[in-house]
Amino acid sequence: MSESEWRLRAPANLVSKRAVLLWTLRAAIFWVVVVGAEAVALLVVDGAPRWLRVTLVAAAVIGVVHTAVMPRWRYRVHRWETTADAVFTRSGWVSQEWRLAPISRIQTVDTARGPLQQLLKLSTITVTTASAQGPVTIENLDADVAARVVEELAATTQATPGDAT
Amino acid sequence: MIVVRPLNELIGLLPPLAALVFFGNFDTWRVVTSASVVGLIIGYGLLSWLTTKYRITETQVELHKGVVFRQRRSIPRDRIRTVDLTAKLGHRAFGLSAVRVGTGQQERTPGEGTVTLDAVTAAEAERLRQALLRKVAQTEDENDEGVSIARLDKRWYRYAPLTVSGFISIGIVVGFVMNLASELDFRFSEVGAIREIFGWVSHANPLRVVPVAAVFVIVLSVLASLAGYLLQNHDYRLTRQPDGTVRVRRGLLTTRSVSIEEKRLRGAVLHEPLLLRAGKGARVTAVTTGLNKVGGSSLLLPPAPRTEADRVTADVLATNEPPTSATLAQHPARAKVRRIVRAVVPTVALAAILLALAETANWPDWPWITATVLIPVSVALGLDRYRNLGHTLTEDYLVARSGSLDRSTVALRRNGIIGWKITRTLFQRRARVFTLTAITAAGSSGYAVLDVGDDQGLDLADAALPDLIGQFLVRD
Repeated sequence: MSESEWRLRAPANLVSKRAVLLWTLRAAIFWVVVVGAEAVALLVVDGAPRWLRVTLVAAAVIGVVHTAVMPRWRYRVHRWETTADAVFTRSGWVSQEWRLAPISRIQTVDTARGPLQQLLKLSTITVTTASAQGPVTIENLDADVAARVVEELAATTQATPGDAT
Repeated sequence: MIVVRPLNELIGLLPPLAALVFFGNFDTWRVVTSASVVGLIIGYGLLSWLTTKYRITETQVELHKGVVFRQRRSIPRDRIRTVDLTAKLGHRAFGLSAVRVGTGQQERTPGEGTVTLDAVTAAEAERLRQALLRKVAQTEDENDEGVSIARLDKRWYRYAPLTVSGFISIGIVVGFVMNLASELDFRFSEVGAIREIFGWVSHANPLRVVPVAAVFVIVLSVLASLAGYLLQNHDYRLTRQPDGTVRVRRGLLTTRSVSIEEKRLRGAVLHEPLLLRAGKGARVTAVTTGLNKVGGSSLLLPPAPRTEADRVTADVLATNEPPTSATLAQHPARAKVRRIVRAVVPTVALAAILLALAETANWPDWPWITATVLIPVSVALGLDRYRNLGHTLTEDYLVARSGSLDRSTVALRRNGIIGWKITRTLFQRRARVFTLTAITAAGSSGYAVLDVGDDQGLDLADAALPDLIGQFLVRD
């Protein structure tokens, strides 16, 4: 144990505020499908087992709580930062994950946009390194911010020598 | 090459075919099916031989293959990190060998980073191995045996029964035989000896049946593990070649030769499963880029004495002291509670469920009693897991140890670490610990330091790789 009390600070930048909306939509769609399927089964199938009612109510309650709590919680956790020599991210909600990758080890920088993300003008950046466990993702950035970050990363990566393995 | 692939597949099919001939009731349908299967295999082998070509140029290794889907693979020669020569029985009958060339590329889809030339003559394979790994023109004697690091000692066979491989292979064989018997409508009850054994097992006193069955299974699995050790590790040799590679050669029927470029060696893992550890033995694998995990190609030392494992590790990594036997820093006592809870909770839950079933669903009593007896065992397991948790930094290596039933100690080169991952669950957060994973391009691509104390872990990450995590640390 060291004498000094060091603490890992949070990365500097928040993700886009619209990410909350995206996470809410995703969770809502998922739970509507689950609860809907159970409700249909309960209505259509004759003599549906009694426990289906219990799981239906449970799924509905969990779904509402999850959809209400998870996106806001995530928004407080998800953060990112790029410095001259590192990419630093934090993600998750109940369980959290910090990731650190040196710029000198970056191999590619990609952006991806799913259908919901396109609707909300959001982008996800994936920074890959030589390791299969290496990809560092920054989810749901504002599309303009993402484009700028990709450009910056590409510029610094090119300026850094080495074969990144 | 034309016959090898079908031959290897036919060898795999021999037991069922033999069974068909000896036990099967010869109905025409079965015979026709087997004959057409054999025909198809040979035909496919012929086609794939006709369509496969390889070429080695100054800069590239190219492979064109595929019967239906044409595939062209090429890998740059300066990216070659490992060469693996594998000769199965079918290959060896014709003096051939399969050459697998590995690059440093991580495989997102299996086979992405490797090119396999199956099969070329053994002499050609040896020539390729030397040519592909030679980056600069060197004067190497064609038959250079290299400097010996380790070779098989007959006494190492005593470590074979300390692995569970024998037990597992018995299970596989029994499953296979059962499957085959039902496939061929073969009834065990029609054989007098087997019927007598079954009759004895079901009627005799359980107090006699259980020990006899246990002894029977143990003897069988000891024999199977000895046979497995012989098959895999016969004539094992570990050498350092003048072209800057370490080379492992082993095998009785299937022979393997794996060459690993030393510059790309990122460390080693010392495996000590519980039984092997109790017998003071260990197994060593390499952490390197360019080897995929299939078929244990990264093995450096088969089960052998721990002292030998330490010597080999130190020699291969070119260090004075083996990093895997360095004194480790303990993890905080909060981690002990976590280990015990994680070991005990599943057993308690199992016992509770079995008890409930015994009460409500007329299950017998012995399952939940057995599960209850296992609770103290799981406490011991949790304690041992905590005792084994540890980490340290040596001059060049990050060392981390964890596990009890399968304890492993990884030594990872500090300059091979290309990032960190810190994961923390709600429970870990309350216990003020986290899991620090060193990301690397080699081996299994990430090696975890489990449940390290908050301060301890940040200090470790900062010391192991200066100038990375330091800029994000603040003093409270």
